[in-house]
Amino acid sequence: MPKKLLMGNQAIAYGALLGGVQVVAGYPGTPSSEIMATLAPLAKEYGFHAEWSVNEKVALEVTAGAAFAGARAFCTMKQVGLNVAADPLMALAYLGIKGALVLLVADDPGPHSSQNEQDTRLFARFAKLPVLDPSCPREALEMTRYAFDLSAELQLPVIVRPTTRVSHAYQDIEVEAAYHPLPVSGFKRDRAWVALPTTARQRHPVLNRQQEQARAALTSSPFNEEFRNRAENRTGVIACGVALGYVREALALAGLDQTVDVLKIGTPYPLPQEPVYAFLKRLDRVLIVEELEPVVEDQVISLAWKKGLTVTVCGKHDGLVPREGELDVDRVLMAVRTFAGVKAEAEAAAAATAPALPFRPPVMCAGCPHRASYYVFKKAAEGLDVVFPGDIGCYTLGAAPPLKMVDTCLCMGASITVAQGLYWAEPHRKHVAFLGDSTFFHTGLPGLVNAVYNKANITVVVLDNHTTAMTGHQPHPGTGQTALGEPAAAIDIAGLARACGVEDVRVVNPLVPGKAIREARAALEFPGPSVVVMNQPCIARAKTGNTRFEVGRPDLCAGCWVCVDELGCPAIMPGDNGPTVTDKCVGCALCVHVCPSGAIRRMRPQ
Amino acid sequence: MRNCDLVVAGVGGQGIILASRVISYAAIAAGMEVRTSEVLGMAQREGPVTSQVRMGYGLFGALIPSGHADILLSFELAETVRNLYLLKPGGLVVTANTAIVPTTVALGLSTYDREALLAHLRQTVPDCVFLDADRLAREAGHVRTLNSVLLGALAALQRLPVPTDALRETLLSTVKPNLREVNARAFELGCREINTH
Repeated sequence: MPKKLLMGNQAIAYGALLGGVQVVAGYPGTPSSEIMATLAPLAKEYGFHAEWSVNEKVALEVTAGAAFAGARAFCTMKQVGLNVAADPLMALAYLGIKGALVLLVADDPGPHSSQNEQDTRLFARFAKLPVLDPSCPREALEMTRYAFDLSAELQLPVIVRPTTRVSHAYQDIEVEAAYHPLPVSGFKRDRAWVALPTTARQRHPVLNRQQEQARAALTSSPFNEEFRNRAENRTGVIACGVALGYVREALALAGLDQTVDVLKIGTPYPLPQEPVYAFLKRLDRVLIVEELEPVVEDQVISLAWKKGLTVTVCGKHDGLVPREGELDVDRVLMAVRTFAGVKAEAEAAAAATAPALPFRPPVMCAGCPHRASYYVFKKAAEGLDVVFPGDIGCYTLGAAPPLKMVDTCLCMGASITVAQGLYWAEPHRKHVAFLGDSTFFHTGLPGLVNAVYNKANITVVVLDNHTTAMTGHQPHPGTGQTALGEPAAAIDIAGLARACGVEDVRVVNPLVPGKAIREARAALEFPGPSVVVMNQPCIARAKTGNTRFEVGRPDLCAGCWVCVDELGCPAIMPGDNGPTVTDKCVGCALCVHVCPSGAIRRMRPQ
Repeated sequence: MRNCDLVVAGVGGQGIILASRVISYAAIAAGMEVRTSEVLGMAQREGPVTSQVRMGYGLFGALIPSGHADILLSFELAETVRNLYLLKPGGLVVTANTAIVPTTVALGLSTYDREALLAHLRQTVPDCVFLDADRLAREAGHVRTLNSVLLGALAALQRLPVPTDALRETLLSTVKPNLREVNARAFELGCREINTH
């Protein structure tokens, strides 16, 4: 088979293909988004359905329906997306499925790009659903394929939970695209598909029995493996998911790889008992290494107690393994050294102190229309007492100086609703919610309906850049394009707002700041909920012309630094004699508007 | 052949990921296992970008332990210093002498002291190769060929487990056909810079 360099998320997509997937739905979210990006062209090639859904709840329900009809369905999201999909998930466990339903939830320990670092393995245990925890991209492929068969066997949704260092790692993988879908058996009317209290009462004991069936199935899966060195070894480490590599490398670095055995656990819930018991019973001490919550550790403690073992269990509960943040070899090395009572080698003499490094946070691109939108509202709100609840997307970067235009950020869609709560607590202040177009469709819409219905006097600004930019430019219902790149109905945000009963709806171009400020001011002064759609495509995708700007009249520059201090544009930097516009300029002309002395001019074509 | 741990670092938009991929593809073609890791998503937003590449046999995870990288290939001076903690004692640094000053410096929220960074590298890294890579890239025909200049220089130093010709071929088959010529020139200029100094 050909060997390819595959990203974990690409490997997962191939796993779904090999698992015979027939319906795929998801919502973008780092670190999960590339799965759909890989599956969409395969869907075209092999003729199965793939879609970006409006949000994770919708995606899970779409795939649940497909599985009710006997299809093999696959649903993708990031960890916090599962909160949005929690309602269908919890009931689905009771109903069960036909066909197969694999739910891919990518966790983000760190977190690198999330508002929390919740552990989906814990969620799986809460929902009473089996979960697989891959250690590397290659295993992520195998686990995804296996999950379809396990789901079909148990008639339960199965969760696959990679983390950032699996989803976004690359590995050499032998893979051949092959697609052998099974026939869809079809939906059959049955009271079992109707979640009534009577159904729940019947199904709950069944679901509890299924935990043992799942445990038995996972026991015979190939994902739990012992690395045993010597019969006389009395200490061991249980390594879960991605931690396997860190544990094996840390043991080697600490010189413990011959004296400490390793049991790898790839199926953290329900935890298979036989391999764990066989491992524990010959040990005096065991260290459990897993990222985030002590999911396996708690089950190991429970098993050891039930079996009357005297093995000492170390891990999160005695502080050896951190419970927060991402693990790596360094952190695991510290844990295994403490566990084994091995001292670190003497540190080399402290190297020369490094000079202060520049703080380099991610910023909005040069020419980003969000910068203009924030500037416009900052100007329009001058003299008013305004709070700016924000939301999740590239525009969250507007929280940083110099814009500082994000006063709250909670979760997807919460700008509109938090604004309402703030308003009811302080009706004398003005509240302006900012959210993106994709986020508006995701969970913004119910909040807008709520504002109209309950007469909250807020302004909602939809930063419509015609894409889901932060996660890699996925299409959404407003873009007129499907996940497969085919034309679709483009749902008009302003029209939706009017249909919701918003009486003051304006569509404004933020890159014409003078007019935009007047429009924004009028929206702020409107009594009752108002909506401003800031309509300008994402600069990373827009075709920029040849227009560039420069400090063409340095003699006029007053040295006020307003262009730098108000905009924070990465294309404007301090030069020898005041600000200069660098070659990062893409010609948005916002700085021309901001400059009070007319020093910034259009660059003459060379 | 020995395993090789490599860190490729720089600022979003410099072509770091492409350089990392080219080395990875070449290593796979040479029959090695490869694991890479990077945190994506900030590439278009001026943030720091680091790609870790592990090549060889019997690899563990995708993350390189602190103080274990054989080579640090860096596209930007401050990012070179930021990633030095990953380099093993006696490891090789190949760095562009490019300075990309972030917006926070313009806003007075942090500082960028180019001379101090250079002095620190000279003082603490015995095996440090500085390249005027931006100039070489422009000489090749386009600033965006910075990654090819650096790949050429790294290849000429012969510390990667893949031969120079294989790396060049992989590079040229990875870039778009209309960009082959300019990248081939950039790779050559990078090589020559090492071989003539």
